[in-house]
Amino acid sequence: MSKTTSRPQSAAQGDEVLVDVTDLKKFYGGEGFFAGPPVKAVNGVDFTIKRGETLGLVGESGCGKSTLGRTLLQLETPTEGSITFDGTDVTTLSGSDLKEWRRNAQMVFQDPESSLNDRMTVGEIIREPLDAHDWKTKQERRERVLDLLSAVGLRDEHYFRYPHQFSGGQRQRVGIARALALEPEFLVLDEPVSALDVSVQAKIISLLEDLQEEFNLTYLFIAHDLSVVRHICDRVAVMYLGKIMELGETEELFQDPSNPYTKSLISAIPRPDPTDTTRRITLPGTPPSPRDAPEGCPFATRCPAKIRPEEYTHLDEDVWDGIERFREVIRERSRMDLGVTGLARRGVGRFSRFDDLEEAVSDLFEGVDVPEEVRVHIEQAVEYAKKGYPSKAREYLYEEFSSVCDREKPKFYETSGTARYSYCHRHANEYEDVDPVISRRTSDE
Amino acid sequence: MSSETHADPTAGDTEPILTVENLQTAFYTDRETIRAVDSISFDVKRGETVGIVGESGSGKSVTARSIMGLIDSPGRIMPGSSIKFQGQELTELSDAEYRSVRGSGIGMVFQDPQQSLNPVYTVGNQIRESLKINRGITGEEAVEEATDLLEAVGIPDAKRRLDEYPHQFSGGMRQRAVIAMMLACDPDFLICDEPTTALDVTIQAQILDLLKDLQEERNLSILFITHDMGVIADIADRVNVMYAGQIVEQAPVEELFANPKHPYTRALIDSIPGEHSRKEGLETIEGEVPTPNEPADHCRFAPRCPKAFDACENVPPQHVSVSDEHDHTAACLLYPEDLTESHRVEKHLSLANDDTEGDT
Ligand code: SF4
Ligand code: SF4
Repeated sequence: MSKTTSRPQSAAQGDEVLVDVTDLKKFYGGEGFFAGPPVKAVNGVDFTIKRGETLGLVGESGCGKSTLGRTLLQLETPTEGSITFDGTDVTTLSGSDLKEWRRNAQMVFQDPESSLNDRMTVGEIIREPLDAHDWKTKQERRERVLDLLSAVGLRDEHYFRYPHQFSGGQRQRVGIARALALEPEFLVLDEPVSALDVSVQAKIISLLEDLQEEFNLTYLFIAHDLSVVRHICDRVAVMYLGKIMELGETEELFQDPSNPYTKSLISAIPRPDPTDTTRRITLPGTPPSPRDAPEGCPFATRCPAKIRPEEYTHLDEDVWDGIERFREVIRERSRMDLGVTGLARRGVGRFSRFDDLEEAVSDLFEGVDVPEEVRVHIEQAVEYAKKGYPSKAREYLYEEFSSVCDREKPKFYETSGTARYSYCHRHANEYEDVDPVISRRTSDE
Repeated sequence: MSSETHADPTAGDTEPILTVENLQTAFYTDRETIRAVDSISFDVKRGETVGIVGESGSGKSVTARSIMGLIDSPGRIMPGSSIKFQGQELTELSDAEYRSVRGSGIGMVFQDPQQSLNPVYTVGNQIRESLKINRGITGEEAVEEATDLLEAVGIPDAKRRLDEYPHQFSGGMRQRAVIAMMLACDPDFLICDEPTTALDVTIQAQILDLLKDLQEERNLSILFITHDMGVIADIADRVNVMYAGQIVEQAPVEELFANPKHPYTRALIDSIPGEHSRKEGLETIEGEVPTPNEPADHCRFAPRCPKAFDACENVPPQHVSVSDEHDHTAACLLYPEDLTESHRVEKHLSLANDDTEGDT
């Protein structure tokens, strides 16, 4: 059925690759003896960006997309992996080489409010990178700034104004002009329109499209707003908890997503069509902490298509969902600090802080007929936790209920001929594919 | 808590729980008077969700705050404004009386849940406090009720969560906690001001589902304020489109999206990215939303309106019916469509005059 690969390939051969990212990781903390586990903000991603294209990077807060953008531009040092830009591995650059390269790769930030220095005039703000790089003569810099103002739809007289005299949309134009000052080839646009009203958004998007055409720019467009991404991007990478879950051509990916996370994400966008009756997949809970990501698939704690262990495939959805939610409750409790008193009480067998667990269980399984084979395990886990050993409860549940999704990292499967890749076990031949599972789940709700 | 306690047996489905008439809220500064809300009228019926949609500066949030009695100096609700909640005129209430309405009848959910949660108390504490003040429930019973409320808003492991502080909750959880706090007052009416705007889309979907479920269980009426046309389409039964302090179009949600009449509503719908793929291009509205600091003796959309004609600069458009089948009105001089331009202008002028005469 589908081909597997450890890394997604770039699309059609012959297209020139500008940015090539291999197994990139960015971790925070976790070093030293007393440190907790590191935050794995970016946990091994691979992709390429072709010259002149716009690659979208979408995902919810905390998925690592902004860190990835910043790491690409070497504003953060990668923990592992390589970033090749036009053939050069930029992770090895330093000093003047790095400075020189940065001319070529610039960033536009979300919040034009805080990214512009309010004590400088608009002209000075745009000129600053030119000054910093000693670009040509003073006179030429001035002219360059005036050209840039007009390129982004502002006027000459705006040169002497201050950012606070501008609307949000105008400030974002200034931010874009500044990023373009040194004629870069590559721009990372980090949520460039998220702070703007819809009608203003539309104008900035059109501007970005025009500029791309005029200056042959390559964009990495980071956003949580999928409708904006759909509009502007050629290809999209969908991130969750530090991993790329799916990558492919925009229109195709939106119309026929392969990965369970992408499906959920797209179905959650409220569509401006009140007659729309497609069922929304509503995900339970929130993403886990990037300090405590699942061993296997990052989406395993919330996935509506998660593969079950063989011996539990016959359970009703309700029961299975209850088990998954219960595991989440236990995981959270296992992360809690029991404190000195807690540990002391546990030592003498008088731990009582988790005595309310039974109540949580009865809420989770309210109105659900829990079969004996499941009940015994839930009760055992509750026992462990109540005695003060939530981690033991967590492991017990893992042993009993975990599946391949919890335990093994998926591979990338090519799910369509147009270089689309999805990171999910369900694309393997031995499992039922994603679609029937999801449609079963959304129809009997 | 039973959902029937407040159901008024004499009230039919069509009885409004909230009626806003000619609401004007102005802010006075040294330089100018900003007519943030400029003579708007709408109502909300029992058990329905009414949306107000608009961009920043449209006056939608000031509308919410006006209803809640949260307008402070230099802002003022102008004489002649009326906000009737369950038959009671709110604009005449003292601060203390307003507090009791807020505590028992109307709940409010803001964009930023931090605004409603106190960081130094546990979530349980705050819900119990609300139960004590508004419903006189205390002790063990309050703990039970608070647990039930957190469960009702979909927070798992509720009892343990009661002992946590707001900062230990994720953004979506915090918004759920605020909703639970509002439910502690057993309200009939919920004002939601951009409650999902700061949330991720999958969390937003959870909150929208939650609001719909609660509405069904408790026969809640909801006034839902947002800038997002997608969210409006998802949650509202009827919609008011606001622009520069005024409502420019009112219609049932399906009708509004199928037959938008006001040029602004049309432009708003056309500028939504993503519904159309990139090849189709994106409509843009020239210019920006003006600050409503002049009296409304003209159409405030005129400088940006592709359909504007001379009269738009000096005749204030009034709401006229734009559909035979639906309760659908637009304030635009292009309507009623079957009249000639001069008759339309005359009609709007005479409606405007009726209005001002009615006020004196
Ligand atoms: S690997 Fe398993 S948990 Fe991950 S997306 Fe696929 S089915 Fe869901
Ligand atoms: S009244 Fe005139 S300017 Fe205003 S929306 Fe209608 S046509 Fe446009």
